Amino acid sequence: MTDAPPPAVQESPATSPVNRLGKEAGKAENRLFFWTCRAAIWVSVAVLLVLLISVTKNAVGWLDWQFLSNFDSARSPAKAGMLSGILGTGWVIILTILFAVPVGVGAAIYLEEYAADNWLNRFIRLNLSNLAGVPSIVYGILGLTVFVRMFGAFGPQGWIAQWTGWVFEGFFWSEHFQTYLIPLPFGRVVISGALTLSLLVLPVIIIASQEALRAIPSSLRHASLALGATKWQTIRFQILPAAVPGIMTGIILAVSRAIGETAPLVMLGAMTFVYFAPGNLDSVSDVMQHPEGLIKAPFDTFTVMPIQIFNWVRQSKEEFKYVAAAGIVVLLAILLLLNGLAILIRNRYSKHMRW
Amino acid sequence: MFSESVFSLTGGKAFFQEVSVWEFFGSTKWSPQFADQHFGVLPLLCGTILVAAIAALTGMPLGILGAIYLSEYATPRIRSTVKPFLEVLAGIPTVVYGYFALEFITPYLIRPFFQGLLGFDVDGFNALSAGLVVGIMIVPMVCSLSEDALRAVPRSLREAGYALGSTKYDVCVRIVVPAATSGIVASFLLAISRAIGETMAVVIAAGQSPVMTLNPLKSIQTMTAFMVNISLGDTPAGSIEYKSLYAVGLTLFFMTLAMNVLSQWWMSRFREVYQ
Repeated sequence: MTDAPPPAVQESPATSPVNRLGKEAGKAENRLFFWTCRAAIWVSVAVLLVLLISVTKNAVGWLDWQFLSNFDSARSPAKAGMLSGILGTGWVIILTILFAVPVGVGAAIYLEEYAADNWLNRFIRLNLSNLAGVPSIVYGILGLTVFVRMFGAFGPQGWIAQWTGWVFEGFFWSEHFQTYLIPLPFGRVVISGALTLSLLVLPVIIIASQEALRAIPSSLRHASLALGATKWQTIRFQILPAAVPGIMTGIILAVSRAIGETAPLVMLGAMTFVYFAPGNLDSVSDVMQHPEGLIKAPFDTFTVMPIQIFNWVRQSKEEFKYVAAAGIVVLLAILLLLNGLAILIRNRYSKHMRW
Repeated sequence: MFSESVFSLTGGKAFFQEVSVWEFFGSTKWSPQFADQHFGVLPLLCGTILVAAIAALTGMPLGILGAIYLSEYATPRIRSTVKPFLEVLAGIPTVVYGYFALEFITPYLIRPFFQGLLGFDVDGFNALSAGLVVGIMIVPMVCSLSEDALRAVPRSLREAGYALGSTKYDVCVRIVVPAATSGIVASFLLAISRAIGETMAVVIAAGQSPVMTLNPLKSIQTMTAFMVNISLGDTPAGSIEYKSLYAVGLTLFFMTLAMNVLSQWWMSRFREVYQ
């Protein structure tokens, strides 16, 4: 790091009316302020480093292959593993991407390319930034009501059954599992978590995609339209390809936020100690042997990595705090990878595209 | 959320039909899980505001000074080194911050200082550790939003300041920062709203005891911590504790919404447009 050079203007011989004393005081003030500002930024960086180092130090000796490949253990911290959390996070995030990305990018394209500038669309735009500012735990309550319980409408105790006497428990009865493939209400399952997280990251994806689309100069649109392309062709072949790096960065950052999100999933009632993977699919060979688990998995109960960490932190046994540290290191490693990927994509494409 | 707390759609009574609004916002006792139930949200509100205030006192100065450094002093090289660090800081899950506060800040920073040096009584869970990490958490947000505002101030204003013989300090504090006030205040409001809604760090580090206190070394409970606490136990749907979840959630939602709307209004009302 080099000292930022103070501007030459400031050193120039004083024709200004400042007297000698005032100038000295001004200089001291000047230097003090510079160092305060500088300290502030480096304190933040230092805190990050201290956090990473101290957590890693606690994790040493606990983070090994068996930690990654074992299921959780309530009784012995030494045997506790993260497999159910890793697979649970995988399922939730894949489903979240499937739900949120098409809707989010579609909404952004509509708002930027099609929507007229009327009060409704202005209202929608205003609400997007409000939605992005809603605390995640409130999304948790929303998910609990809408997806987990479905307003208490279905099932033998639901108000539909009470009012009409007609019990509705789900779609697609499966002889194999002796249960409905799509139960109603969903309950505390993977798909409820994924839908809730989708709602949570939708505003983030929409806003990022909007910015990516807005950064594309209108000359590109005009050129394409002037050559006789339809609006759809312009969007599909000119605008989207140019906006993909920005959109991808937004999606990756949204996904890394979803991976670290704990509060909404705790509200949904994701489980604490879980000894199985969604659909009982622990490995690739499991998928080959009983592929029907793939259908079952989205409607299975689950846990995710941050919830496991939270659960370990709450345990009274002292050793669990090292298990939690090991879990944090795994989680942070994944997030740092994603963040790095986002930065890489941004740097790579910002060099190539200049208008 | 309205349906469970304010009026009832699905039979049974809504929360505010069983507990009066007056008790909810006026009573200073919160004990939904005891036999002797009280539903006064003030202790939770007090805890939330205490944590948010500590966070604001930590995060806002760090953020704004950092932003001034990045926009006025830093060379492009330093900027491109520091920015990714801030992005990582913003991307760290809040559970991790909670763990950090509980396992490191309380035993290695707060305990030695306040208990060892000054002789205060420090709880294992305390509002100060939670507030400090939430403060660190909002630094990247304040920093990047304020930096945008500072950079939007045109060069000509700074050069006019130098031409009049001002020092760099004078230019920063008397010209650039005032010119960017609207953006800076908006970033503060957003950051406070984030601090109010912050959940996991507070659940882990600040404790679960809803008491009215302004002592940051005591264990407290915030609104978000209460909500997590209820959903961890098995509270049957339809019970009054379960409905209190919605009432607290609604209060929280309106608090953060008000801050966000205020921030947007402030931005559009006081923004200075330069050519």
